[in-house]
Amino acid sequence: MASILSLSSTDQYLIIGLKLSALLVSGVVLLVFLFLLNESLPLLSQISIFQLFSDSSWHPVDGFYNLSPMLTATLLSTMGALLVATPLGISSAVFSRYYAPAFLKNGYRRLIELLAGIPSVVYGFWGLTTLAPLLATFHPPGVSLLTAILILALMILPTIALTADAAFLGVPTVYYSSAAALGLSRWRVIKDIVLPAARAGIFSGLMLAAGRAIGETMAVLMVAGNVVQFPTSAFDSVRTLTANIALEMAYAMGNHRSALFVSGLVLMMMVSVLVGLTEYFKRYKQ
Amino acid sequence: MKKIALLVFFVIAASFYWGVFAENSVSNESHKLILTGSSTVAPLVAEMGKRFEALHPDVRIDVQTGGSSRGVNDVRNRISDIGMASRALKADESELLSFTIAMDGISVIVNKNNPVTALSRQQIVDIYTGKIVNWQNVGGNNSPITVVNKAEGHSTLDLFLHYFNLNNSDIKADVIIGDNQQGIKTVATVADAIAYVSIGSAEYEAGHEVNIKLLPLEGIAASVENVRNQTFPLSRPLNLITREQPSGIIKAFIEFAGSEQVNDIIDGQYFVPVKH
Amino acid sequence: MINKVATVFIWLLAIFVIAIFIFILSDIVIQGMGHISWEYLSQPPSDAGRAGGIAPIIVSTVWIVLSAVIFSAPFGLATAILLSEFTRQENSLSHWVEKCLDLLASIPSIVFGLFGNAFFSLFLGLGFSILSGGLTLACMVLPIFIRTTTEGLRAVPDDYRYSAAALGMTRYAALIHLIIPAAMPAIIAGLMLGIGRAMAETAALIFTSGYVDRMPDSVFDSGRALSIHIYDLSMNVAGGDSKAYAAALVLIVMLLVINSLAIRLTTHWQKNRIINHEIIF
Repeated sequence: MASILSLSSTDQYLIIGLKLSALLVSGVVLLVFLFLLNESLPLLSQISIFQLFSDSSWHPVDGFYNLSPMLTATLLSTMGALLVATPLGISSAVFSRYYAPAFLKNGYRRLIELLAGIPSVVYGFWGLTTLAPLLATFHPPGVSLLTAILILALMILPTIALTADAAFLGVPTVYYSSAAALGLSRWRVIKDIVLPAARAGIFSGLMLAAGRAIGETMAVLMVAGNVVQFPTSAFDSVRTLTANIALEMAYAMGNHRSALFVSGLVLMMMVSVLVGLTEYFKRYKQ
Repeated sequence: MKKIALLVFFVIAASFYWGVFAENSVSNESHKLILTGSSTVAPLVAEMGKRFEALHPDVRIDVQTGGSSRGVNDVRNRISDIGMASRALKADESELLSFTIAMDGISVIVNKNNPVTALSRQQIVDIYTGKIVNWQNVGGNNSPITVVNKAEGHSTLDLFLHYFNLNNSDIKADVIIGDNQQGIKTVATVADAIAYVSIGSAEYEAGHEVNIKLLPLEGIAASVENVRNQTFPLSRPLNLITREQPSGIIKAFIEFAGSEQVNDIIDGQYFVPVKH
Repeated sequence: MINKVATVFIWLLAIFVIAIFIFILSDIVIQGMGHISWEYLSQPPSDAGRAGGIAPIIVSTVWIVLSAVIFSAPFGLATAILLSEFTRQENSLSHWVEKCLDLLASIPSIVFGLFGNAFFSLFLGLGFSILSGGLTLACMVLPIFIRTTTEGLRAVPDDYRYSAAALGMTRYAALIHLIIPAAMPAIIAGLMLGIGRAMAETAALIFTSGYVDRMPDSVFDSGRALSIHIYDLSMNVAGGDSKAYAAALVLIVMLLVINSLAIRLTTHWQKNRIINHEIIF
């Protein structure tokens, strides 16, 4: 398309301007990375990376920088949320596309779309005022890893449902007609044909949801209890890396502040790995 | 579609109007004072700031929290004009100046419905270090104690540790909180929680129908009165910190904050004024 | 047989999911409804937010979001135009830009908060201000806006471009007069989505636009956003819950309006593209 149309001088200026814009925009992510690195250096130049995982505890004021309890909390809460939200999300998508009667179809999906826009602080607030006290009657203190997992699951459910729905949209019509010709029942079609065909799309949706769960700050800050420890049960209070940054950033100074930026880098890396995985699967596992 | 666009435009224009015109007109010479620091002092100073702004319409007082250590550091690094600290200056902070504007104490609080009415010093230590885990061992109900500790960087934590001769790593907490209010809120909503907060905040909230009660320390009731007559063992000064001799607006505000004009604000927040 | 079991199962799960969300939403509506009034929307907060209203907070929120849009829209539009009009999809520049945008989209919001604090507040010296917050949010909103806009531009039929070339118009003129207007619904939808995202943001704003709940005089003032107000009332103010419900309700309503607008616009321009799968079993 572009090649057959010759460029006037206005257009040449336009293209330069557009390219500069695009470079600026793509430069932002580099800028973020560079600034994080810059702020992390004071600490990284003084301690070895091992200390981030082998120090006796997280007491940055006294010089102990062990991130692993918080890293564990982040990973456990994300995996737990995925475990809970994936079946619910996928079945929501299956429902809205294949089982809902005509008058419900669009309405259900609209509802999920609107729910995707509810801010995390509102979920966290609800968790703090309703869910945590409810859980506290079973097992105090009510703010715990489990609460965080449940709230995170609520937050990523719409994402999973919507991407699964989009994946189902991409299943070729011929699959359905072939299945009908073979006389397969609705559930068989979904289980053995649609779900495998939509596998790639569902997977990238899961990665997206995982990225969101890893990066979630406010909701977990409000419901997880914020004690830096390895949880021995789901009812233990935990602190995720994100919540830690939010809690301590306000007063962290010197090496402590650097340590927080280091944990920010760790978070960035974790999510980049997820993005990379998605790319890999998109490209090679079609 | 057009109607919605019009509505959106109207909302934006209206908010612009609010922001620019509906305000008392601010002269071009407006001064801004930035204060950061202790989350105990912040609400008090914010109220004082509002009154100061009413008396001096061209001044803006911005108050942010972050903990006493941040208050000290920000004023040192010229990030803020005045620092707020809920403790005295330490030995390595001697190049700074502090001005005490009120006195406060630290009290242990429990849920109002908790039958326990007093805890000895040793009991408090044992609860916080995890040696006592059930309320029935100290005369309460048969339920596990939810220990609430303060996050690092807050002088409330430092003073508590100092008084009970503990290190932060000795404490076995179930929940960690940042500001006083969060601690109060946790104790008010979790029946078996125990926390320690500023007496001023605690009495204020208890008087505003929040579900907490203050426990006496070493037999002395935790009350503002006892901080005033200096019988309460765990008291502390609330300070404004500057890096040099104050002048101009900074001087005006510090004098205002230490004067009798604000005694009612200090009393209203349940702290003890230094001037009577 | 298993077909029937599966059907029941799916229906139950769907109802369960909807029930939870309706429970949460109605909880907020019921508890927050009582506080909403004209006074609430036009008065400043008092008593640490337990009394009074949220007028300055709404204004701060609008200003923060506006700054985010003003800074991200031009660059976002330009990048989208580049990606859709002037580069092939496999071209290395567009590939590089798209990868960068994917990465940008995946950065956690608190990390943006760290960046915004280090770069806008400290390095550029903006301190705690609405502008700091707005610029940080602009970075966060870019990927969403660019993605939607690019798709919208790509959806404009090539006939438009060929006709313009036949008439001897420059690419620039074709863009201004034909292509961008044709893609306008998608562009606005992208803006709305970005605005929705910006309004829901909390973590990135805590360290950039701050907590001050006074009516801001300018974008250089610190201003409290609605989401931060909810956070402060629920975490830091004892007895602040009821006001937090009210603020949450206001925020949700604002977001619902914006997101429905975005969705309505998106389906409007997608109507020409999507082949509806009618599954007949």
